[in-house]
Amino acid sequence: MSKPLLEVKIRLAVVLFLVSEFFFFVFLIVAYIYSQPSEIQGPTAQSSLVPWKTGIYTVVLLSSSVTIFMAERTLVSSRKRFTAWMAATILLGAVFLFGEMREYSGLLHKDISISRNLFGSTYFTLTGFHAIHVTLGLLMLLTLLALVLSEKLGEKRETSFKAISYYWHFVDIVWIMVFSVVYLWSAR
Amino acid sequence: MSTSEIPIVPSEIDKLQRFQEHAGMLKWLASVDHKQIAVMYMLTSLFFFLVGGIEALLMRWQLARPENRFMGPETYNQLFTLHGTTMIFLVAVPALLAFGNYFIPLQIGARDIAFPRLNAMSYWLFVFGGVLLYGSILAGNAPDMGWFSYAPLSEKPYSSLGGVDYWALGLLVIGIGTVATAINFLVTIATLRAPGMSFKRLPLFTWMSAVNSFLIIIAFPALNSALFMLLIDRNLHGRFFTPDGGGSPILWQHIFWNFGHPEVYIMILPAFGIISEVIPVFSRQPIFGYEFVAGSTVAIGLLSFAVWAHHMFATGMGHDVDVFFAAGSALIAVPTGIKIFNWIATMWGGKIRFTTAMQFASAFLIEFTIGGLSGVIFAVVPMDWQLTDTYVIVAHIHYVLFGGTLFGLFAGTYYWFPKITGRLLNERLGKWHFWLTVVGFNATFFVQHLLGFRGMTRRVWTYPDLPGWGLLNMISTVGAFILGGSMLILLWNIYRSRTHGERAGDNPWQAWTLEWATTSPPPPYNFAEVPPVHSRRPLWDLHHPDDADWMREDQP
Repeated sequence: MSKPLLEVKIRLAVVLFLVSEFFFFVFLIVAYIYSQPSEIQGPTAQSSLVPWKTGIYTVVLLSSSVTIFMAERTLVSSRKRFTAWMAATILLGAVFLFGEMREYSGLLHKDISISRNLFGSTYFTLTGFHAIHVTLGLLMLLTLLALVLSEKLGEKRETSFKAISYYWHFVDIVWIMVFSVVYLWSAR
Repeated sequence: MSTSEIPIVPSEIDKLQRFQEHAGMLKWLASVDHKQIAVMYMLTSLFFFLVGGIEALLMRWQLARPENRFMGPETYNQLFTLHGTTMIFLVAVPALLAFGNYFIPLQIGARDIAFPRLNAMSYWLFVFGGVLLYGSILAGNAPDMGWFSYAPLSEKPYSSLGGVDYWALGLLVIGIGTVATAINFLVTIATLRAPGMSFKRLPLFTWMSAVNSFLIIIAFPALNSALFMLLIDRNLHGRFFTPDGGGSPILWQHIFWNFGHPEVYIMILPAFGIISEVIPVFSRQPIFGYEFVAGSTVAIGLLSFAVWAHHMFATGMGHDVDVFFAAGSALIAVPTGIKIFNWIATMWGGKIRFTTAMQFASAFLIEFTIGGLSGVIFAVVPMDWQLTDTYVIVAHIHYVLFGGTLFGLFAGTYYWFPKITGRLLNERLGKWHFWLTVVGFNATFFVQHLLGFRGMTRRVWTYPDLPGWGLLNMISTVGAFILGGSMLILLWNIYRSRTHGERAGDNPWQAWTLEWATTSPPPPYNFAEVPPVHSRRPLWDLHHPDDADWMREDQP
């Protein structure tokens, strides 16, 4: 009897937490949009970002939402497949982070940083907070995989998985917003 | 009568409730029990209330006479910044959360809050945030840019020392804890209600705490994002709010007030909830228009996100924007007015018992309405331009936050103290506390309207000897010290009554909500047996089985 209640509680709590997170990102995006019409000295989104390159990494991140969905479906049925899908999710997330790091280092080489101008501040803050969320997500996924494989979670396995997969999907949704605004709209 | 089950609480929580095993202080410090955490919240916010009050008295001492040299402008700026930040983030919000923490689970017949450990984390984050804020003094520089922290004053070139950073970090930590508490409240209310406790039967304090929690979840991220941007500006040379790199100080104001105005309602909605509990019980009538009281709360919650820029009429946003926010701000007076009428209608024809709790609740109606009326004045853009940054604003904010929030908290303190401690607060001392508070409060703040109309600006450390200014300021200062004295009476009353007060029994006020069904103080598990809930007044039904509410057709 207590397990369904625990699951309901945790699902609701995670959703509310993500609503709160969502608004946090909304305000970072608002700050980014607010920065656009002003006549900024120095680099802008158009002059420094390459949408198609980041587009590739975007596809990578979004496909990790599919693999985590597959992992969820195999959580109970097959330990082997579950491990494979989880590993794929973690790998895709890591590739995305790698892509973001490459992009950052390219920008920094061109002397575009968080302190250069308003574009730099808003761009690095927005994408940086997203990257921090991806990183935390990867750590949670690794922890979850280890706990499931060592069978430490027992009955709470599905609830824990749900909580973390919600979070992971959320990180993807935020990236769709960020990519649309920063790369598709302002860097067009 | 059927026995109802105690809502099922998962076994994990049973394992955590070990506080009885600990002795002394550890029993409190290691606790995850919602009642103990609530009491710690109450005592901590009471402590900060005294600190913030002393800051206020120091400011009033400085302002008592024209051209006073009691303190310099630097100290004065630090004092009003600390006073504002303390009273808002370390007193009003946590004190209301404290009551929510204690009484939401009891009012819905639950055994504890949904996530007890998360609850403890919220509390300790709140303490840590307070330590960070006041740690700035030890680091040699208290923040001095005002609690609203307007850019570019808060930026490195104008505030080069660390005070602003301590302020921002402290608020971030508190903000995260507050969001966690809001999530905890909502999950508790959504999942742990006793059988029969539908949303149409939910006690109004719990109702308003639920709406309040939504506001917290949506509004605090705005503050947190703004604080991060400010910290990035100050420590990584970001350009968000400085004009030289393309940034805009107005952006800070937009994001800050996107938090700041819902925050105003975050500080008043639970107080509305307390009033909605106290007035019916002491009028011996059920609340008039329950649906309207609950529904208008939702309306206030929604509207509160469409009014933020009325704090910014003086920044020159343009005519259309001004009109939009003027209309929104005037509109929000409607659901608030509905509440006031409902409370008065609840009292109408009732057998009113003027206990101290009821006195504070009645005074709340008057003082808060004065604050509300001066608020509507500011929704009129030309009036705002004329009066912005004068003492009228100071008077307005104190009428809503002291005359509103604190009067509500005092009413709640007298009402629920017997449940928390098992003993009643002394009514004779309560009357002294009440009357000195009313006299002191109005003496302090009513004259500030007049000062503002005469052109005295706020946030100034001293003023020239213009006609009337000296006298009005002296009245305000005398009032503030009367107010300070009344708080000492309250403190003594709490300290003394805790051990020597009259024993309360389970239900000293013959109230009707579930928290009065259990013993005072409640046992760690809250209820041995939750009474059946068939209406909004389960205890009335329990004691009047022949005249129970649920027998009437119009009851939900």
